[in-house]
Amino acid sequence: MIYRESGQYKTSYVNDSQIFPIKQDRYAVLAIIAFAFLVIPFIATPYFFSAILIPFLIFSLAALGLNILTGYAGQISLGTAAFMAVGAFASYNFMLRVPGMPILLAFILGGVCAAIVGIIFGLPSLRIRGFYLAASTLATQFFVVWCLTKVPWFTNNSSSGVITAQQIQILGFKFDSPQEKYLLVLAIVCVLALLAKNMVRSTVGRSWMAVRDMDVAAEVIGFRIMKTKLTAFAVSSFYCGVAGALYAFCYLGTVEPEAYNLDLSFRILFMVIIGGLGSILGSFFGAGFIVLLPIFLSFVVHATGLPNSVTSNVELMVFGALIIFFLIVEPHGLARLWQIGKEKLRLWPFPH
Amino acid sequence: MSDSGNRKIGDVILKVDNISLSFGGVKALTNISFDVREHEIRAIIGPNGAGKSSMLNVINGVYLPQEGTITYRGEQRRDMNTHAAAASGIARTFQNIALFTGMTVLDNIMTGRNLKVKATFLEQALWIGRARKEEMEHRRVVEEIIDFLQLQHVRKTPVARLPYGIKKRVELARALAAEPTMLLLDEPMAGMNVEEKQDMCRFVLDTNDQFGTTIVLIEHDMGVVMDISDRVAVLDYGKKIGDGTPAEVRSNPDVIKAYLGAH
Ligand SMILES: Nc1ncnc2c1ncn2[C@@H]1O[C@H](COP(=O)(O)OP(=O)(O)OP(=O)(O)O)[C@@H](O)[C@H]1O
Ligand SMILES: [Mg+2]
Repeated sequence: MIYRESGQYKTSYVNDSQIFPIKQDRYAVLAIIAFAFLVIPFIATPYFFSAILIPFLIFSLAALGLNILTGYAGQISLGTAAFMAVGAFASYNFMLRVPGMPILLAFILGGVCAAIVGIIFGLPSLRIRGFYLAASTLATQFFVVWCLTKVPWFTNNSSSGVITAQQIQILGFKFDSPQEKYLLVLAIVCVLALLAKNMVRSTVGRSWMAVRDMDVAAEVIGFRIMKTKLTAFAVSSFYCGVAGALYAFCYLGTVEPEAYNLDLSFRILFMVIIGGLGSILGSFFGAGFIVLLPIFLSFVVHATGLPNSVTSNVELMVFGALIIFFLIVEPHGLARLWQIGKEKLRLWPFPH
Repeated sequence: MSDSGNRKIGDVILKVDNISLSFGGVKALTNISFDVREHEIRAIIGPNGAGKSSMLNVINGVYLPQEGTITYRGEQRRDMNTHAAAASGIARTFQNIALFTGMTVLDNIMTGRNLKVKATFLEQALWIGRARKEEMEHRRVVEEIIDFLQLQHVRKTPVARLPYGIKKRVELARALAAEPTMLLLDEPMAGMNVEEKQDMCRFVLDTNDQFGTTIVLIEHDMGVVMDISDRVAVLDYGKKIGDGTPAEVRSNPDVIKAYLGAH
């Protein structure tokens, strides 16, 4: 009698529409968040912060952004990294050009700029879908990176195109060490994940899913297709933009167009597919999986005594196989497997 | 015919005049006129391909007719648009079930409330102000509909997993969630067994009876049509060939001929 719904009668709709209606889930999530804030900062090594935890959180945020667009609203995008780049460069320029700009505001404004770009490049989705939309977002990807490389104003005329991100300082407190940066990223990701959860359990989220599943019926019911799709593009790009800014300021330490190439777009798409389309938790699973997989594989390769060069090839093969597996067998990804596991546990030890 | 409760047939609420609709060379509707009175159950019948579904699609703005006008609640228009139709109280179900397959029954029905939502995007994201209160209020209404259509046991089930008959019922529930003035039902009983048909008939009659909803119904089952409708319009090859009470329509020679010819 560990994981049970029984005895938890929902006496009101307030309880039933909570973020985690089952008590054990709620406590587990609260415990994980408390652990992440209160324990991890004291036990993790700097390597662990900078090589695993920080990228994991940032990628989770970007995957969450893409999941809103692709998983919830059904609009495929290969331009995730472009929206991240807009967020990073916009934040950098706000910091650079506006005296006394608070960094958190710069991140938010970076997200807003990404949202605006998202809306503009989302316009084709009103006319085209599927493969053609994918191709048009691919154009977004190349266009944005090209723009950032070619227009010197964005990089403040730096000759190499690589610029150092400004120092992070909030209310006089400097976020320099990996541990401090981790806490900042964690706080931002938690807040944005909570907001996303609120969106998907209210009318905005239902409008996205309705348009995804059956757009004619959605329209007949009264949803406005254009508004719904563009809202999804805006929100998704906002999340990607903030993730992009964090990627530059808290992970890379530099702002450079090349960091936001097509490769990154695909990596984030893989996270969403493996983690689970249309699941917020899945975005975290997917990011965790893809951050940890290379580390795990190189460990295995080491242990078996194979040459190091094998690692990256094995990584690609495993990726490919997993993507195919999830696309064919379980489009709802790890999140769905997790749910099935929980359903089993709910019945255990009496499966009938 | 059921004539109990607050059901009292009123004035004309919807009037279509000289509607013609064609797709390329195919004439789906030719010069169709008819009206629907408030609180009545109005059936549209006709053989396959007669243009029945097209007629509903014209009424709620999915198709734009090349000719004719639509007058709904005193307002005359060249054509409806889907949003205006929904906003002015027209809800519908589809011949081929058009549910949101990735969502639960509850969420599907909740989407029907969307036009009543006042909370802004930010309120919803922050789950503050009107967002929270409204969500509970909509949930209450939706639970009433779930009880009314006896869907309690599948409330949290993703609709993709439901049997056909229940899906049809969920679609009706989603339409009812909008608290419509007029409900357009495109073959709500098609493909159902006798028992399911009886249930559906009862739901349609109860809706009409309890909420006073005007109903426009397309149905192939003549027994059902003759039983529950107040007036019947008959289409054949895009033309109206009969209109009147079930008894009048049944004895109309053109209708008899169309049906004998088609079957
Ligand atoms: N979107 C469309 N594009 C082209 N032709 C169409 C379209 N919709 C309907 N039609 C044509 O219009 C005619 C009437 O079709 P409609 O679906 O209205 O018939 P129906 O009376 O509902 O038939 P059924 O009983 O089979 O549902 C048919 O010839 C059909 O092929
Ligand atoms: Mg039809």
